[in-house]
Amino acid sequence: MRRVILAVTATVAGLVALLSFKTHSPSAERTVATPQQPPSLPSGERAITGNVADTAYGPVQVQLVMKSTRIVTVNILEQPSSTEHDLQLGQLAFPRLIGETIAAQSARIDTVSGATYTSGGYIKSLQSALDNGV
Amino acid sequence: MSVLSFPAFTARLRHAEHVMGTVVSFDVPLSARDDGSLDSAVRWLHWVDRIFSPYRPDSDVSLLASAEVTVEACAPEVAEVLAACAFVRELSGGYFTSSPGGQFDPSGYVKGWAIERAADILTQAGSASHLVNGGGDVQCVGGRGAEPWRVGIADPFRPGRLALVVTARDHAVATSGTAERGSHIVNPVAGRPASGLASLTVAGPSLALADACATAAFAMGPELAREWTESLEHHEAFAITTAGEAWQTTGFSRHISTD
Repeated sequence: MRRVILAVTATVAGLVALLSFKTHSPSAERTVATPQQPPSLPSGERAITGNVADTAYGPVQVQLVMKSTRIVTVNILEQPSSTEHDLQLGQLAFPRLIGETIAAQSARIDTVSGATYTSGGYIKSLQSALDNGV
Repeated sequence: MSVLSFPAFTARLRHAEHVMGTVVSFDVPLSARDDGSLDSAVRWLHWVDRIFSPYRPDSDVSLLASAEVTVEACAPEVAEVLAACAFVRELSGGYFTSSPGGQFDPSGYVKGWAIERAADILTQAGSASHLVNGGGDVQCVGGRGAEPWRVGIADPFRPGRLALVVTARDHAVATSGTAERGSHIVNPVAGRPASGLASLTVAGPSLALADACATAAFAMGPELAREWTESLEHHEAFAITTAGEAWQTTGFSRHISTD
């Protein structure tokens, strides 16, 4: 469960960070994209809809599609769309963040098997990172 | 967030213990800390180190190697290890040895055996879901909750990266290779350092045997190792040669995680 929350948080945080890099000209009329309904889910999959996160550029809402404890995909239900720039950036940023989220958890491992390390070699090992909850 | 719709995960604990010249990592349910079995497993590993370390002049193994004592005067586990080493030597046609440098040193068997026993100690105390990793050789018990354990196989050519991920339930995964400590595995048949393989992984039910088989197969070199591991019952292997080519035994694919 903690992993899932982290993944959602990371996705939203990453999105906000990316959006923060642009020069944004606030417009008086801020429209919000109509939330999209994702297609019905195959059996064994379920959707978790996050709360709407209010960012400086407008509301963002993501939905995770899960199979067991793994993220299958991420749907963006709401994104800033008040300017053309918002939409362009969204087209660039969202696929990248979604890809990174899925790639990061598809490599989820509990441990590492490899040539035997010494106590010194352990410090630099992936296993050491796992033991420290990284 | 519909947090409540998730099944509750058992609270778990990770512990890393410096022992036997490496680090042994535990992933156990919290109950293993509370019932003292994690402590027992850790104490067992330090006991093994005292008895079997070839680097301690007063260990049973050192005293035996210098013929200062007989096997009968040693801890009974020494005779058990000697018998197991003889078995793997036979099984591998001489490619496994308990005297790699000409001197008695069963380290090639002891580590995997000790890790498997540490996992047994946790099982006997009632845990049905834990994992013990001794410097890169892993004994899995049960799965991680309802799912199998996911074991990354280190890429010998790219430190910190994985060659692939295997899933394991009640299984051991042992890897021999040169990535961490160089060409330290001897081919006892030819009497020179093993060559041709960068990494060889064996999956099987027991870490003691899987680890010893990985060492023996690594010593054989790519061609013979492939033929031999294919012939082993209940064991599967995956290897990467020094040329960067990979092969696996026919049954290995059922361990590979594709998701």
